[in-house]
This record gives sequence, structure tokens and C-alpha cells, in this order.
Amino acid sequence: MKFFRETGIIFRRQLRLTLREPQWIVIGLLQPALYLVLFGPLLEPLSRQLGAANAYTLFVPGLLVQLAVFGALFVGFGLIGEYRDGVIEAERVTPASRTALLLGRVLKDMLQMAIQGAILIGLGFAFGLRGSAVGIIVGFILAVVLTGSIAAAGYALALTVKTEDALAAVANGVSLPLILLSGILLPMSIAPLWLQRVSDLVPVKHIVTGIRDLFTGDIFSWGPFWAIFWTIILVVAGVWIGTRTFRRQNA
Amino acid sequence: MIQATGLARSFFTGRRAGRAEVKAVSGVDISVAEGEIVGFLGPNGAGKTTTLRMLTTLLTPTAGHATVAGYDLATEPVKVRQAIGYVSQSGSTSSQAIAGSEIVDHGMLYGISKQQATTRGRELFDQLDLDGMWNRPTKTLSGGQRRRLDIAMGLVHDPKLVFLDEPTTGLDPQARANLWTHISDLRTKRGSTVFLTTHYLDEADALCDRIMVIDHGVIVASDTPNQLKRQVSGDLVSLTVTSEEDVARAAATLATVAEGDVATDGLLVSARVRDGGVAMPDLLRALDAAGASLESIEVRRPTLDDVFLTMTGRSLRESE
Repeated sequence: MKFFRETGIIFRRQLRLTLREPQWIVIGLLQPALYLVLFGPLLEPLSRQLGAANAYTLFVPGLLVQLAVFGALFVGFGLIGEYRDGVIEAERVTPASRTALLLGRVLKDMLQMAIQGAILIGLGFAFGLRGSAVGIIVGFILAVVLTGSIAAAGYALALTVKTEDALAAVANGVSLPLILLSGILLPMSIAPLWLQRVSDLVPVKHIVTGIRDLFTGDIFSWGPFWAIFWTIILVVAGVWIGTRTFRRQNA
Repeated sequence: MIQATGLARSFFTGRRAGRAEVKAVSGVDISVAEGEIVGFLGPNGAGKTTTLRMLTTLLTPTAGHATVAGYDLATEPVKVRQAIGYVSQSGSTSSQAIAGSEIVDHGMLYGISKQQATTRGRELFDQLDLDGMWNRPTKTLSGGQRRRLDIAMGLVHDPKLVFLDEPTTGLDPQARANLWTHISDLRTKRGSTVFLTTHYLDEADALCDRIMVIDHGVIVASDTPNQLKRQVSGDLVSLTVTSEEDVARAAATLATVAEGDVATDGLLVSARVRDGGVAMPDLLRALDAAGASLESIEVRRPTLDDVFLTMTGRSLRESE
């Protein structure tokens, strides 16, 4: 009870801070939206070769995951600002649960991503996305949960490096190979074998593949199973690392 | 209120071969009674903030034991947190946020209701001269106002014990004097016990019942400001003579009444003299008889800076 109340206080505070600067929500959405509008049409004539009836069931899941990964890896910037303002320390001298301090923030990031993701899927429909309604909803939920995992890890990273410069370097360094190897723009199935094997090591790739299956209505198959499996693993790992960092003393 | 014995904290720097233990605080004993205002005085890097962070549960001591506000630091940290208020050096509110909502959220994290937190917050804004700031973004507040907001944040749950970490650092003289009034009000109007760190001697002198001097992680003195000053023997008498030839004569005369050595620096001759004011008429006559002609004369009561210098061999200002 106490834990949920504390999580709620942090969540509402973060939401209020975000709503004071709504431009960032729009800027965060801008990149995937541009991909959809400017890159999506290029995929349309290629979709048959890529093994998809509808180019957008291929592309929108990728962008959804990109939104989750990119958005959440950079949540740490806000946290570093708060850290510098002394907010984190002030929160840590209250009796509130350290997990609540993290989770309230993560839930806000998930809500923000859910809104951006819904807009993205809506745009996808406008461009010609057609697929299984249930699959799209489940895939969307998976992407939102994935955001939670990456955001928790992003906060842990921010509290560890403590400066924007270092965070930008690490987040960029991680996100670029992650985006390339998880087959967000083009499916890894068209890659040469060695590249496929490398990408198999990236959990996010399995999540992207699974969400693609879900979008086309291939719900009860291995793709979605592995996507759910890896999402759960990443969430547990992310929240664990994040809580540990919030608990740690010099953070 | 605070009972600490042998509280210590060391850090490790470097890796493997170059790994070295750095003792930030090497075993301090602290005892603070209810209703006291105690100052923790020392240069930057002396271990003030580390000690404070240990006493506020933010940092686990590597050795030692302490009870804070009646609870054991090691086994009941959550109860300690509930009972104390901590105003850190780095602030407590986000620059993007609205002052009023920050204090309400903070109060709620201590378990008090939204309504209660609002009432308490409004009261504190009133007491700390922050009227009209409730709906203002914190970044539009002045340095002094922001610091008072931090203090309000630390008091929202009505703690019995308040820790202030360098409360007036970076404020202009007027804002400092104003904040001092508010800090003494903490005890007189709210009955709180206050533990503050500072590297300003005048601040410790003006506010505290008792001062603990810390240097290199060790407490080197703990007493009332007056007692501490009494440990420095005598007032500082400084004579400025008119010419080089007068220096030796003045120094010889001053040596007859001085407590310790006579120091000379150019045309300046100075020494510690017990009861400088009383000794002055005789000293002046003797200087006149010796034929030393004076430009000016100054008698200064010992300051805490002198105390610090006597105890550590360094001036607080040098070490800043």
C-alpha cells in the first residue's frame, strides 16, 4: 500500500514535470514519424522480397521498438538534471522505498511511450498498415513494457556516469549497434548468415521479430513466445539493476 | 539527539595495484543534546559532508555506531529518515518544477496527506518569507529564496532534528544574515535540534551553542565558541611603525608583554598579549620611552580562525 502510494507520488511528479515541457514528447515522436513518412514508402515495393504482404506490418513494429529503445535510453538526461539539483538525494533521505523512486519514473516513461506509440500506429494505419487487431495490441503492450526495462537501465546508467556528456557517449554507443542488429529498419532474415548469427545474440531482435509476427496475426507461434520471454527477462534485469543503483550509496 | 562513537568512512581509489584506502572520516565521536545548535566546522574536504551523509543514512559507515533521533543508524534507517530533516548543499527541488508542488510531493513521501502537506508547506512559506512563491517555477527564485525553499522542504514533516549542510554557501551577505535569523528560529520557534556544517567562522560563532572542529577526518576540538576562543592565549596586538629603525625597538618592547613570539612583517610588528586592552596604556608609554614611533595600533580579540590556526597549524582561509 505504502509502496504504491509512493510510486504514485513520484509518477505524478514526473508527469507534471513532463507536461510542463510537452515539446519533448513531440520531439521524441518526430524521429520514428519521419522514418515512417520518408522511409516507409521505399519499403512498399520491396515488401514482397522481404517476405511480407504489407510493408507496414514489417516497418511499424521496428519503429515501435526503436521508439522504446531510443526514448528510454535517453531518459537519464532528465535524471542527471534532477541529480544535480539535489532532488535524488532529497528523495533518498525520505522514508520512501527506493524501488518506488525508480518505478514512479519508469511508469511515467512507459505512459509517455504508450502515447507516442499509439500515435505512431495511428499514422501507420493512415499509410496503409493492415494486420491483426489483437496482435497489434499485444505487440504494442510488449513495446511499452520493453520501454520500462530500458528506462530502468537508462536511469541506472545515468546515476552511474552522472554527467550528460558521458551518458550521451554511452547511450549513443549502445543504441546504434542495438538498432542495427535488431533488424529495426530491415528484417534480419535477408542478412547473410554470419550477421544473422550475431543478431541472434541481441534480445531486442527477437522482440522485434515477435512483434512483427503479432502484427501479421501469427499470434500462437515461436516468434511472439520468444518476444514475451525476452521482454520479461529484460524487465526483471532492468528493474533489478535500476533499484540496485538507486539503493547504492554514492549514486 | 545524536550519539555517535567511532564513526568512520573510507573510500577506495584506483584499481588493483594502485588501489589505496582513503579515510574521509576516521573515527569521530559526536554527542548532541536535544535543543542544541551544533556547528561542524572545517575546511573543504575535512570530512564534514561525509559525516553528515552518514548521520542522515545516505552513506553507510565503514566503522562505528550511532543513534540518531533515538533510532539506530544501522538497523532502523527508515525510522531515522522519518525523524530527521536534511537540507543538502546541492538543493532539493528541480529547476523545472513549481515551488509549491515540490514541497507537497516531498511531504507526501514522508507519509503525510496531500492536504496536510499543503497546509504545512504554506505555513513554512509564510515563516521563511516565501510569500507569493508557491506557484512560481523554482528557477525564477533568487539564491536566498531557493535556499529557504530547501529548508522548507527539509522541515515539511516537522522533524525534531534538522541537518543543514553549508546552508549559506554562495549567498550574498544580506541573504546570509537573513538566513541566520531563520536558522536560530528553528530552535526558538520550533524547538528543533540543529546540526549544521559550515566553513565560515563568523557563521559558527553567530549561530552555534557548540562547535566541533574537524580536520583531516578527525575532530580536533569541541566546545562553545567562547571557550574555544579562550584557548588562544591573548589578543592580537599589531603595531605599524613609521620606519625600518623602529621595527627592532618596537619588537623588543612588545616582547616584554607578549605571550609568545613576536612576529614582524615589514613595518608590522605583532604578538599575542593577554588582556590587550588593559596592557595598552603601559605598552604605549614603554614604546614611547624606547623611542619607537608608531603609525597605527590595533588590538583584535581572537576569532575562530585563530582557533583553527592554533589547532591545525593552518588557516581556514588558506585551505579553502
